[in-house]
Amino acid sequence: MSLLDIISHQLVNGLVLGSFYALVALGYTMIFGVIKLLNFAHGDLYMVGGFLGFLSLSAVSSVVGADWPGIFVAMFLSMIAVGFIGVVIERVAYHPMLAAPRLSILITALAVSLVLQNTVLALTGGQYTAFQTDLGFGGLNLGSLFISYNQMVLVATAGVLMIALHLFVNRTQFGRAMRAVSIDMDMSQLLGINVSAVIAVTFFIGSALAAAAGTMAGAYYGSIWYFMGFLIGLKAFTAAVIGGIGSIPGAMLGGLILGLLEAFGTQIPFIGSEWKDVFSFAVLILVLVLKPTGLLGKSEQERM
Amino acid sequence: MTAALLSLSGVSLAFAGNTVLQNVDFQVAEGAVVSLIGPNGAGKTSLFNCITGFYKPQTGTITFDGQALLKLKPHRVTAAGIARTFQNVRLFREMTVMQNVMSGMHCRTRSGAIAAILGLPSQRAEEAAIREACDDCLRFVGVTPDEYDRIATTLAYGHQRRVEIARALATQPKLLLLDEPAAGLNAGEKQELIALIRRIRDERGISVLLIEHDMGLVMQVSERISVLDHGAMIADGTAREIQANPKVIEAYLGQEDAEAELDF
Repeated sequence: MSLLDIISHQLVNGLVLGSFYALVALGYTMIFGVIKLLNFAHGDLYMVGGFLGFLSLSAVSSVVGADWPGIFVAMFLSMIAVGFIGVVIERVAYHPMLAAPRLSILITALAVSLVLQNTVLALTGGQYTAFQTDLGFGGLNLGSLFISYNQMVLVATAGVLMIALHLFVNRTQFGRAMRAVSIDMDMSQLLGINVSAVIAVTFFIGSALAAAAGTMAGAYYGSIWYFMGFLIGLKAFTAAVIGGIGSIPGAMLGGLILGLLEAFGTQIPFIGSEWKDVFSFAVLILVLVLKPTGLLGKSEQERM
Repeated sequence: MTAALLSLSGVSLAFAGNTVLQNVDFQVAEGAVVSLIGPNGAGKTSLFNCITGFYKPQTGTITFDGQALLKLKPHRVTAAGIARTFQNVRLFREMTVMQNVMSGMHCRTRSGAIAAILGLPSQRAEEAAIREACDDCLRFVGVTPDEYDRIATTLAYGHQRRVEIARALATQPKLLLLDEPAAGLNAGEKQELIALIRRIRDERGISVLLIEHDMGLVMQVSERISVLDHGAMIADGTAREIQANPKVIEAYLGQEDAEAELDF
Protein backbone atom coordinates (compact mmCIF):
# COMPACT_ATOMS: atom_id res chain seq x y z
CA MET A 1 0.00 0.00 0.00
CA SER A 2 1.16 3.46 -0.77
CA LEU A 3 1.46 6.09 1.92
CA LEU A 4 -1.61 7.89 0.59
CA ASP A 5 -3.64 4.69 0.84
CA ILE A 6 -2.58 4.19 4.42
CA ILE A 7 -3.46 7.75 5.30
CA SER A 8 -6.92 7.66 3.71
CA HIS A 9 -7.63 4.21 5.12
CA GLN A 10 -6.74 5.26 8.65
CA LEU A 11 -8.68 8.48 8.18
CA VAL A 12 -11.85 6.45 7.68
CA ASN A 13 -11.06 4.14 10.59
CA GLY A 14 -10.31 7.12 12.77
CA LEU A 15 -13.59 8.82 11.86
CA VAL A 16 -15.61 5.72 12.78
CA LEU A 17 -13.81 5.27 16.08
CA GLY A 18 -13.93 9.01 16.72
CA SER A 19 -17.70 9.06 16.19
CA PHE A 20 -18.18 6.52 18.97
CA TYR A 21 -15.81 8.39 21.26
CA ALA A 22 -17.49 11.71 20.50
CA LEU A 23 -21.01 10.43 21.20
CA VAL A 24 -19.98 9.01 24.57
CA ALA A 25 -17.77 12.01 25.39
CA LEU A 26 -20.74 14.34 24.86
CA GLY A 27 -22.62 12.76 27.75
CA TYR A 28 -19.53 12.95 29.92
CA THR A 29 -19.02 16.59 29.21
CA MET A 30 -22.70 17.60 29.48
CA ILE A 31 -23.12 15.90 32.84
CA PHE A 32 -19.88 17.40 34.07
CA GLY A 33 -21.17 20.75 32.86
CA VAL A 34 -24.37 20.78 34.90
CA ILE A 35 -23.38 19.02 38.13
CA LYS A 36 -19.56 18.96 37.98
CA LEU A 37 -19.54 15.18 38.23
CA LEU A 38 -17.27 12.86 36.29
CA ASN A 39 -19.89 10.21 35.71
CA PHE A 40 -17.73 7.12 35.59
CA ALA A 41 -20.85 5.04 35.04
CA HIS A 42 -21.29 6.68 31.65
CA GLY A 43 -19.32 4.06 29.71
CA ASP A 44 -21.54 1.41 31.24
CA LEU A 45 -24.62 3.18 29.88
CA TYR A 46 -23.02 2.72 26.46
CA MET A 47 -22.77 -0.99 27.28
CA VAL A 48 -26.39 -1.16 28.51
CA GLY A 49 -27.36 0.73 25.34
CA GLY A 50 -25.66 -1.98 23.28
CA PHE A 51 -27.59 -4.72 25.05
CA LEU A 52 -30.94 -2.94 24.90
CA GLY A 53 -30.29 -2.16 21.25
CA PHE A 54 -29.64 -5.85 20.67
CA LEU A 55 -32.84 -6.86 22.51
CA SER A 56 -34.85 -4.23 20.62
CA LEU A 57 -33.47 -5.43 17.32
CA SER A 58 -34.41 -9.01 18.16
CA ALA A 59 -37.92 -7.80 18.93
CA VAL A 60 -38.43 -5.67 15.82
CA SER A 61 -36.32 -7.48 13.19
CA SER A 62 -39.24 -9.65 12.07
CA VAL A 63 -41.10 -6.46 11.10
CA VAL A 64 -38.43 -4.05 9.91
CA GLY A 65 -35.55 -6.44 9.24
CA ALA A 66 -32.06 -6.35 10.73
CA ASP A 67 -30.44 -4.01 8.22
CA TRP A 68 -29.99 -0.28 8.88
CA PRO A 69 -33.75 0.52 9.14
CA GLY A 70 -34.11 -2.12 11.84
CA ILE A 71 -30.97 -0.95 13.58
CA PHE A 72 -32.27 2.61 13.59
CA VAL A 73 -35.54 1.52 15.21
CA ALA A 74 -33.59 -0.53 17.76
CA MET A 75 -31.24 2.39 18.37
CA PHE A 76 -34.16 4.74 18.93
CA LEU A 77 -35.81 2.37 21.43
CA SER A 78 -32.50 1.83 23.20
CA MET A 79 -31.90 5.59 23.39
CA ILE A 80 -35.29 6.19 25.02
CA ALA A 81 -34.85 3.32 27.50
CA VAL A 82 -31.27 4.20 28.46
CA GLY A 83 -32.25 7.88 28.66
CA PHE A 84 -34.76 6.98 31.35
CA ILE A 85 -32.25 4.71 33.08
CA GLY A 86 -29.87 7.67 33.19
CA VAL A 87 -32.58 9.87 34.72
CA VAL A 88 -33.37 7.22 37.35
CA ILE A 89 -29.67 6.83 38.20
CA GLU A 90 -29.41 10.58 38.67
CA ARG A 91 -32.52 10.74 40.87
CA VAL A 92 -31.61 7.75 43.01
CA ALA A 93 -27.83 7.88 43.25
CA TYR A 94 -26.64 11.40 42.48
CA HIS A 95 -29.41 13.83 43.39
CA PRO A 96 -29.27 13.14 47.15
CA MET A 97 -25.50 13.69 46.94
CA LEU A 98 -25.49 17.04 45.14
CA ALA A 99 -24.75 19.00 48.30
CA ALA A 100 -22.07 16.52 49.39
CA PRO A 101 -18.37 16.94 48.57
CA ARG A 102 -17.49 16.11 44.95
CA LEU A 103 -15.41 13.13 46.01
CA SER A 104 -18.43 11.40 47.59
CA ILE A 105 -20.47 11.70 44.42
CA LEU A 106 -17.51 10.51 42.35
CA ILE A 107 -17.35 7.34 44.47
CA THR A 108 -21.10 6.97 44.02
CA ALA A 109 -20.54 7.05 40.26
CA LEU A 110 -17.97 4.24 40.54
CA ALA A 111 -20.52 2.24 42.54
CA VAL A 112 -23.19 2.80 39.89
CA SER A 113 -20.70 1.61 37.28
CA LEU A 114 -20.10 -1.62 39.22
CA VAL A 115 -23.83 -2.17 39.70
CA LEU A 116 -24.49 -1.82 35.96
CA GLN A 117 -21.58 -4.06 34.94
CA ASN A 118 -22.38 -6.77 37.42
CA THR A 119 -26.08 -6.75 36.65
CA VAL A 120 -25.34 -7.43 33.00
CA LEU A 121 -22.62 -9.92 34.01
CA ALA A 122 -25.14 -11.84 36.09
CA LEU A 123 -27.72 -11.78 33.31
CA THR A 124 -25.38 -12.83 30.50
CA GLY A 125 -22.95 -15.04 32.41
CA GLY A 126 -20.10 -12.89 31.14
CA GLN A 127 -20.29 -14.36 27.65
CA TYR A 128 -19.90 -12.37 24.46
CA THR A 129 -23.30 -11.98 22.87
CA ALA A 130 -23.35 -12.04 19.07
CA PHE A 131 -25.08 -8.93 17.75
CA GLN A 132 -26.50 -10.41 14.59
CA THR A 133 -27.55 -8.09 11.80
CA ASP A 134 -28.16 -8.29 8.09
CA LEU A 135 -25.70 -5.51 7.38
CA GLY A 136 -24.14 -5.89 3.96
CA PHE A 137 -20.49 -5.67 2.99
CA GLY A 138 -20.99 -3.20 0.16
CA GLY A 139 -19.13 0.01 -0.16
CA LEU A 140 -17.52 2.56 -2.38
CA ASN A 141 -14.18 2.09 -4.08
CA LEU A 142 -12.41 5.39 -4.38
CA GLY A 143 -9.28 4.42 -6.22
CA SER A 144 -7.61 1.96 -3.90
CA LEU A 145 -9.56 3.21 -0.90
CA PHE A 146 -12.61 1.24 0.14
CA ILE A 147 -15.24 2.82 2.37
CA SER A 148 -18.08 0.56 3.43
CA TYR A 149 -21.64 1.84 3.41
CA ASN A 150 -21.82 0.86 7.06
CA GLN A 151 -18.99 3.19 7.93
CA MET A 152 -20.66 6.01 6.02
CA VAL A 153 -24.05 5.53 7.67
CA LEU A 154 -22.43 5.29 11.05
CA VAL A 155 -20.42 8.49 10.75
CA ALA A 156 -23.38 10.30 9.20
CA THR A 157 -25.72 9.20 12.00
CA ALA A 158 -23.26 10.34 14.63
CA GLY A 159 -22.97 13.64 12.74
CA VAL A 160 -26.75 14.12 12.63
CA LEU A 161 -27.07 13.44 16.35
CA MET A 162 -24.33 15.93 17.12
CA ILE A 163 -25.84 18.61 14.90
CA ALA A 164 -29.23 18.05 16.55
CA LEU A 165 -27.63 18.40 19.97
CA HIS A 166 -25.82 21.55 18.90
CA LEU A 167 -29.06 23.12 17.65
CA PHE A 168 -30.90 22.09 20.79
CA VAL A 169 -28.30 23.59 23.10
CA ASN A 170 -27.80 26.81 21.18
CA ARG A 171 -31.15 27.59 19.62
CA THR A 172 -33.75 26.65 22.20
CA GLN A 173 -34.82 28.07 25.50
CA PHE A 174 -34.22 24.73 27.22
CA GLY A 175 -30.73 24.44 25.80
CA ARG A 176 -30.00 27.94 27.00
CA ALA A 177 -31.22 26.94 30.45
CA MET A 178 -28.83 24.00 30.32
CA ARG A 179 -25.91 26.28 29.54
CA ALA A 180 -27.06 28.70 32.22
CA VAL A 181 -27.13 25.94 34.84
CA SER A 182 -23.66 24.79 33.84
CA ILE A 183 -22.29 28.31 34.27
CA ASP A 184 -24.06 29.37 37.48
CA MET A 185 -26.58 27.07 39.11
CA ASP A 186 -27.78 29.46 41.82
CA MET A 187 -28.25 32.35 39.42
CA SER A 188 -30.21 30.06 37.11
CA GLN A 189 -32.64 29.24 39.90
CA LEU A 190 -33.12 32.94 40.54
CA LEU A 191 -34.05 33.37 36.91
CA GLY A 192 -36.82 30.86 37.35
CA ILE A 193 -35.01 27.90 35.79
CA ASN A 194 -36.06 24.56 37.28
CA VAL A 195 -32.59 23.18 37.88
CA SER A 196 -33.78 19.67 38.76
CA ALA A 197 -35.61 19.43 35.44
CA VAL A 198 -32.56 20.69 33.54
CA ILE A 199 -30.34 18.11 35.26
CA ALA A 200 -32.82 15.35 34.44
CA VAL A 201 -33.00 16.33 30.76
CA THR A 202 -29.20 16.52 30.60
CA PHE A 203 -28.90 12.98 31.95
CA PHE A 204 -31.57 11.82 29.52
CA ILE A 205 -29.81 13.27 26.50
CA GLY A 206 -26.31 12.24 27.59
CA SER A 207 -27.40 8.68 28.32
CA ALA A 208 -29.38 8.44 25.08
CA LEU A 209 -26.31 9.48 23.06
CA ALA A 210 -24.24 6.80 24.79
CA ALA A 211 -26.97 4.26 23.96
CA ALA A 212 -26.90 5.32 20.30
CA ALA A 213 -23.15 4.74 20.23
CA GLY A 214 -23.54 1.40 22.05
CA THR A 215 -26.15 0.10 19.63
CA MET A 216 -24.21 1.19 16.56
CA ALA A 217 -20.94 -0.21 17.92
CA GLY A 218 -22.64 -3.53 18.70
CA ALA A 219 -24.08 -3.72 15.21
CA TYR A 220 -20.83 -2.63 13.57
CA TYR A 221 -18.42 -4.89 15.47
CA GLY A 222 -20.92 -7.76 15.77
CA SER A 223 -20.63 -8.54 19.46
CA ILE A 224 -21.38 -7.09 22.87
CA TRP A 225 -20.37 -7.98 26.41
CA TYR A 226 -20.74 -6.61 29.90
CA PHE A 227 -17.28 -5.04 30.07
CA MET A 228 -17.37 -3.23 26.71
CA GLY A 229 -18.18 0.11 28.38
CA PHE A 230 -15.11 0.26 30.58
CA LEU A 231 -12.45 1.15 28.07
CA ILE A 232 -14.62 3.38 25.91
CA GLY A 233 -15.70 5.20 29.09
CA LEU A 234 -12.07 6.01 29.81
CA LYS A 235 -11.45 6.93 26.17
CA ALA A 236 -14.49 9.18 26.10
CA PHE A 237 -13.30 10.81 29.30
CA THR A 238 -9.95 11.36 27.59
CA ALA A 239 -11.71 12.84 24.58
CA ALA A 240 -13.74 15.16 26.79
CA VAL A 241 -10.58 16.34 28.56
CA ILE A 242 -8.74 16.87 25.27
CA GLY A 243 -11.59 19.02 24.01
CA GLY A 244 -12.04 20.79 27.33
CA ILE A 245 -14.36 19.19 29.84
CA GLY A 246 -17.72 20.93 30.01
CA SER A 247 -17.49 22.10 26.40
CA ILE A 248 -19.90 20.43 23.97
CA PRO A 249 -18.02 21.31 20.76
CA GLY A 250 -14.88 20.30 22.66
CA ALA A 251 -16.21 16.79 23.26
CA MET A 252 -17.03 16.36 19.57
CA LEU A 253 -13.61 17.63 18.56
CA GLY A 254 -11.83 15.65 21.26
CA GLY A 255 -13.60 12.43 20.23
CA LEU A 256 -12.65 12.84 16.58
CA ILE A 257 -9.06 13.80 17.42
CA LEU A 258 -8.65 10.82 19.71
CA GLY A 259 -10.15 8.44 17.13
CA LEU A 260 -7.81 9.75 14.44
CA LEU A 261 -4.78 9.72 16.73
CA GLU A 262 -5.43 6.10 17.63
CA ALA A 263 -5.93 5.09 14.03
CA PHE A 264 -2.74 6.78 12.92
CA GLY A 265 -0.90 5.75 16.08
CA THR A 266 -1.13 2.13 14.99
CA GLN A 267 0.88 3.04 11.88
CA ILE A 268 3.89 4.40 13.71
CA PRO A 269 6.81 2.01 13.07
CA PHE A 270 7.61 -0.31 15.96
CA ILE A 271 4.37 0.60 17.70
CA GLY A 272 1.82 -2.08 17.02
CA SER A 273 -1.91 -1.70 17.39
CA GLU A 274 -1.71 -3.36 20.82
CA TRP A 275 -0.13 -0.11 22.00
CA LYS A 276 -3.01 2.11 20.90
CA ASP A 277 -4.51 2.44 24.39
CA VAL A 278 -1.13 3.45 25.79
CA PHE A 279 -0.97 5.95 22.97
CA SER A 280 -4.32 7.58 23.82
CA PHE A 281 -3.67 7.79 27.53
CA ALA A 282 -0.23 9.24 26.87
CA VAL A 283 -2.06 11.92 24.87
CA LEU A 284 -4.33 12.51 27.89
CA ILE A 285 -1.32 13.05 30.13
CA LEU A 286 0.27 15.39 27.58
CA VAL A 287 -2.90 17.47 27.35
CA LEU A 288 -3.21 17.63 31.13
CA VAL A 289 0.38 18.81 31.39
CA LEU A 290 0.43 21.26 28.50
CA LYS A 291 -3.12 22.59 28.38
CA PRO A 292 -5.14 21.39 31.38
CA THR A 293 -8.26 23.24 30.24
CA GLY A 294 -8.32 21.30 26.97
CA LEU A 295 -8.48 22.66 23.44
CA LEU A 296 -11.81 24.50 23.73
CA GLY A 297 -12.12 24.68 27.50
CA LYS A 298 -12.13 27.93 29.37
CA SER A 299 -10.26 28.39 32.59
CA GLU A 300 -12.53 28.77 35.58
CA GLN A 301 -11.89 32.09 37.17
CA GLU A 302 -13.69 32.80 40.36
CA ARG A 303 -14.59 36.44 40.49
CA MET A 304 -14.52 37.94 43.92
CA MET B 1 -50.77 53.22 52.21
CA THR B 2 -51.64 50.54 49.71
CA ALA B 3 -51.66 46.84 50.51
CA ALA B 4 -48.34 45.17 51.17
CA LEU B 5 -46.96 43.29 48.18
CA LEU B 6 -44.24 41.62 50.22
CA SER B 7 -44.61 41.01 53.91
CA LEU B 8 -42.16 39.41 56.33
CA SER B 9 -43.34 38.61 59.79
CA GLY B 10 -41.24 37.35 62.69
CA VAL B 11 -38.49 36.04 60.42
CA SER B 12 -35.52 34.59 62.31
CA LEU B 13 -32.53 32.91 60.73
CA ALA B 14 -29.50 31.34 62.37
CA PHE B 15 -26.53 29.40 61.06
CA ALA B 16 -25.03 26.93 63.53
CA GLY B 17 -26.28 28.96 66.45
CA ASN B 18 -25.17 32.33 65.06
CA THR B 19 -28.14 34.62 64.75
CA VAL B 20 -28.30 36.28 61.36
CA LEU B 21 -31.83 37.68 61.46
CA GLN B 22 -33.95 38.03 64.55
CA ASN B 23 -37.68 38.45 64.49
CA VAL B 24 -37.73 40.68 61.42
CA ASP B 25 -41.01 42.33 60.43
CA PHE B 26 -40.82 44.11 57.13
CA GLN B 27 -43.11 45.22 54.34
CA VAL B 28 -42.91 46.48 50.80
CA ALA B 29 -46.05 48.20 49.58
CA GLU B 30 -47.28 47.65 46.05
CA GLY B 31 -45.68 50.18 43.72
CA ALA B 32 -43.15 51.39 46.27
CA VAL B 33 -39.41 51.94 46.09
CA VAL B 34 -37.99 50.80 49.41
CA SER B 35 -34.38 50.72 50.59
CA LEU B 36 -32.83 48.41 53.10
CA ILE B 37 -29.74 49.86 54.73
CA GLY B 38 -27.47 48.90 57.58
CA PRO B 39 -23.82 48.40 58.45
CA ASN B 40 -21.84 45.61 56.82
CA GLY B 41 -22.82 42.22 58.19
CA ALA B 42 -26.21 43.43 59.37
CA GLY B 43 -27.97 40.65 57.48
CA LYS B 44 -29.29 42.54 54.46
CA THR B 45 -28.18 40.06 51.83
CA SER B 46 -29.33 37.18 54.06
CA LEU B 47 -32.75 38.79 54.11
CA PHE B 48 -32.72 38.81 50.30
CA ASN B 49 -31.72 35.17 50.31
CA CYS B 50 -34.66 34.33 52.58
CA ILE B 51 -37.06 36.12 50.26
CA THR B 52 -35.74 34.34 47.17
CA GLY B 53 -35.87 30.94 48.86
CA PHE B 54 -32.14 30.20 49.17
CA TYR B 55 -32.17 30.38 52.94
CA LYS B 56 -34.95 28.84 54.97
CA PRO B 57 -35.59 30.87 58.14
CA GLN B 58 -36.26 28.84 61.28
CA THR B 59 -39.31 30.88 62.21
CA GLY B 60 -41.60 33.45 60.66
CA THR B 61 -43.59 33.83 57.46
CA ILE B 62 -42.94 35.54 54.17
CA THR B 63 -45.97 36.39 52.07
CA PHE B 64 -45.80 37.75 48.55
CA ASP B 65 -48.84 38.76 46.57
CA GLY B 66 -51.05 36.63 48.82
CA GLN B 67 -48.81 33.57 48.49
CA ALA B 68 -46.67 31.97 51.22
CA LEU B 69 -43.11 31.93 49.91
CA LEU B 70 -41.22 29.84 52.41
CA LYS B 71 -42.29 26.50 51.01
CA LEU B 72 -41.29 27.43 47.48
CA LYS B 73 -38.05 26.53 45.74
CA PRO B 74 -36.07 29.47 44.34
CA HIS B 75 -37.29 28.98 40.76
CA ARG B 76 -40.90 29.01 41.97
CA VAL B 77 -40.28 32.24 43.84
CA THR B 78 -39.09 33.76 40.58
CA ALA B 79 -42.16 32.42 38.81
CA ALA B 80 -44.29 34.03 41.53
CA GLY B 81 -42.82 37.39 40.49
CA ILE B 82 -39.63 38.23 42.39
CA ALA B 83 -36.36 38.90 40.57
CA ARG B 84 -33.02 39.95 41.98
CA THR B 85 -29.61 41.18 40.95
CA PHE B 86 -26.34 40.71 42.79
CA GLN B 87 -23.80 42.90 44.48
CA ASN B 88 -21.17 41.56 42.12
CA VAL B 89 -22.56 41.28 38.61
CA ARG B 90 -23.36 37.64 37.87
CA LEU B 91 -23.92 37.45 34.15
CA PHE B 92 -23.44 34.13 32.44
CA ARG B 93 -19.90 34.01 31.10
CA GLU B 94 -19.54 32.88 27.49
CA MET B 95 -23.10 33.93 26.68
CA THR B 96 -23.93 36.97 24.62
CA VAL B 97 -25.90 39.88 26.01
CA MET B 98 -29.03 38.65 24.23
CA GLN B 99 -28.62 35.05 25.39
CA ASN B 100 -28.17 36.23 28.96
CA VAL B 101 -31.42 38.15 28.88
CA MET B 102 -33.22 35.33 27.07
CA SER B 103 -32.31 32.91 29.86
CA GLY B 104 -34.34 35.16 32.15
CA MET B 105 -37.47 34.32 30.15
CA HIS B 106 -37.31 30.65 31.00
CA CYS B 107 -40.12 30.58 33.54
CA ARG B 108 -42.40 32.60 31.23
CA THR B 109 -42.21 30.22 28.31
CA ARG B 110 -44.46 27.27 27.74
CA SER B 111 -42.68 25.05 25.26
CA GLY B 112 -41.23 22.28 27.39
CA ALA B 113 -38.24 20.08 26.81
CA ILE B 114 -40.13 17.73 24.47
CA ALA B 115 -41.19 20.50 22.09
CA ALA B 116 -37.66 21.87 22.19
CA ILE B 117 -36.09 18.49 21.39
CA LEU B 118 -38.46 18.02 18.49
CA GLY B 119 -38.05 21.62 17.32
CA LEU B 120 -41.77 22.08 16.83
CA PRO B 121 -43.03 25.16 14.93
CA SER B 122 -44.71 26.43 18.11
CA GLN B 123 -41.29 26.40 19.69
CA ARG B 124 -39.84 28.48 16.86
CA ALA B 125 -42.62 31.03 17.14
CA GLU B 126 -42.05 31.24 20.85
CA GLU B 127 -38.33 31.71 20.29
CA ALA B 128 -39.10 34.78 18.16
CA ALA B 129 -41.48 36.14 20.79
CA ILE B 130 -38.83 35.66 23.49
CA ARG B 131 -36.30 37.58 21.42
CA GLU B 132 -38.72 40.44 20.95
CA ALA B 133 -39.54 40.67 24.66
CA CYS B 134 -35.84 40.63 25.52
CA ASP B 135 -35.11 43.31 22.96
CA ASP B 136 -37.73 45.42 24.73
CA CYS B 137 -36.09 44.87 28.15
CA LEU B 138 -32.64 45.71 26.80
CA ARG B 139 -33.81 48.93 25.13
CA PHE B 140 -35.61 49.86 28.34
CA VAL B 141 -32.38 49.77 30.36
CA GLY B 142 -30.49 51.57 27.59
CA VAL B 143 -28.48 48.80 25.95
CA THR B 144 -28.26 49.33 22.20
CA PRO B 145 -28.77 46.55 19.63
CA ASP B 146 -25.14 46.72 18.48
CA GLU B 147 -24.18 45.25 21.86
CA TYR B 148 -26.65 42.33 21.78
CA ASP B 149 -24.27 39.82 20.24
CA ARG B 150 -21.23 40.69 22.31
CA ILE B 151 -20.13 38.32 25.05
CA ALA B 152 -21.78 39.92 28.06
CA THR B 153 -18.75 39.91 30.35
CA THR B 154 -16.72 41.94 27.82
CA LEU B 155 -18.98 44.99 28.21
CA ALA B 156 -18.02 47.95 30.37
CA TYR B 157 -18.97 47.35 34.00
CA GLY B 158 -21.82 49.86 34.03
CA HIS B 159 -23.31 48.21 30.97
CA GLN B 160 -23.02 44.77 32.54
CA ARG B 161 -25.14 46.05 35.39
CA ARG B 162 -27.76 47.24 32.92
CA VAL B 163 -27.79 43.86 31.22
CA GLU B 164 -28.23 42.22 34.60
CA ILE B 165 -31.21 44.45 35.33
CA ALA B 166 -32.63 43.71 31.87
CA ARG B 167 -32.27 39.99 32.58
CA ALA B 168 -34.09 40.41 35.89
CA LEU B 169 -36.85 42.36 34.08
CA ALA B 170 -37.14 39.54 31.54
CA THR B 171 -38.47 37.27 34.28
CA GLN B 172 -41.45 39.68 34.35
CA PRO B 173 -41.35 40.39 38.09
CA LYS B 174 -43.75 42.31 40.26
CA LEU B 175 -40.95 43.03 42.71
CA LEU B 176 -37.32 43.66 41.83
CA LEU B 177 -34.62 43.16 44.46
CA LEU B 178 -31.43 45.10 43.73
CA ASP B 179 -28.38 44.25 45.82
CA GLU B 180 -26.07 47.27 45.84
CA PRO B 181 -26.86 48.34 42.28
CA ALA B 182 -24.66 51.45 42.54
CA ALA B 183 -21.48 49.63 43.62
CA GLY B 184 -18.67 50.46 41.24
CA LEU B 185 -20.63 53.06 39.27
CA ASN B 186 -19.37 56.59 38.74
CA ALA B 187 -21.40 59.69 39.61
CA GLY B 188 -22.98 60.01 36.16
CA GLU B 189 -23.93 56.35 36.07
CA LYS B 190 -25.48 56.65 39.51
CA GLN B 191 -27.78 59.43 38.28
CA GLU B 192 -28.78 57.23 35.35
CA LEU B 193 -29.44 54.38 37.77
CA ILE B 194 -31.74 56.59 39.86
CA ALA B 195 -33.66 57.51 36.71
CA LEU B 196 -33.83 53.85 35.68
CA ILE B 197 -35.16 52.73 39.07
CA ARG B 198 -37.88 55.36 38.86
CA ARG B 199 -38.79 54.31 35.33
CA ILE B 200 -38.95 50.66 36.37
CA ARG B 201 -41.54 51.60 38.95
CA ASP B 202 -43.43 54.26 36.98
CA GLU B 203 -43.48 52.72 33.50
CA ARG B 204 -43.47 49.03 34.33
CA GLY B 205 -45.32 49.14 37.65
CA ILE B 206 -42.65 47.02 39.32
CA SER B 207 -42.00 47.60 43.02
CA VAL B 208 -38.32 47.93 43.91
CA LEU B 209 -36.48 46.89 47.06
CA LEU B 210 -32.82 47.82 47.16
CA ILE B 211 -29.86 47.27 49.42
CA GLU B 212 -27.47 50.17 49.02
CA HIS B 213 -24.60 51.83 50.81
CA ASP B 214 -24.65 55.00 48.74
CA MET B 215 -26.77 57.16 51.02
CA GLY B 216 -27.19 59.93 48.46
CA LEU B 217 -28.84 57.47 46.09
CA VAL B 218 -30.91 55.89 48.85
CA MET B 219 -32.24 59.25 50.05
CA GLN B 220 -33.10 60.38 46.52
CA VAL B 221 -34.84 57.29 45.27
CA SER B 222 -36.63 55.64 48.18
CA GLU B 223 -40.05 56.39 49.57
CA ARG B 224 -39.35 54.34 52.64
CA ILE B 225 -36.16 53.16 54.26
CA SER B 226 -35.71 50.27 56.67
CA VAL B 227 -32.59 49.90 58.77
CA LEU B 228 -31.19 46.54 59.77
CA ASP B 229 -28.50 46.19 62.43
CA HIS B 230 -27.15 42.94 63.86
CA GLY B 231 -30.05 41.09 62.28
CA ALA B 232 -32.76 43.21 63.85
CA MET B 233 -34.92 45.86 62.22
CA ILE B 234 -34.13 49.00 64.20
CA ALA B 235 -35.92 51.69 62.23
CA ASP B 236 -38.36 52.22 59.42
CA GLY B 237 -39.56 55.46 57.89
CA THR B 238 -39.06 58.15 55.27
CA ALA B 239 -35.63 59.47 54.39
CA ARG B 240 -36.09 62.45 56.71
CA GLU B 241 -37.19 60.30 59.64
CA ILE B 242 -34.28 57.91 59.21
CA GLN B 243 -31.73 60.71 59.01
CA ALA B 244 -32.94 62.02 62.35
CA ASN B 245 -33.25 58.67 64.10
CA PRO B 246 -30.69 58.36 66.92
CA LYS B 247 -30.72 54.55 66.78
CA VAL B 248 -29.63 54.66 63.15
CA ILE B 249 -26.87 57.13 63.87
CA GLU B 250 -25.70 54.90 66.68
CA ALA B 251 -25.74 51.80 64.53
CA TYR B 252 -23.58 53.47 61.92
CA LEU B 253 -21.21 55.40 64.09
CA GLY B 254 -21.07 53.52 67.36
CA GLN B 255 -22.21 54.69 70.73
CA GLU B 256 -19.62 57.35 71.53
CA ASP B 257 -20.36 59.25 68.37
CA ALA B 258 -24.11 59.07 68.70
CA GLU B 259 -24.29 62.81 68.99
CA ALA B 260 -22.39 63.35 65.76
CA GLU B 261 -24.28 64.26 62.66
CA LEU B 262 -24.59 61.33 60.29
CA ASP B 263 -23.18 62.40 56.97
CA PHE B 264 -25.88 61.54 54.50
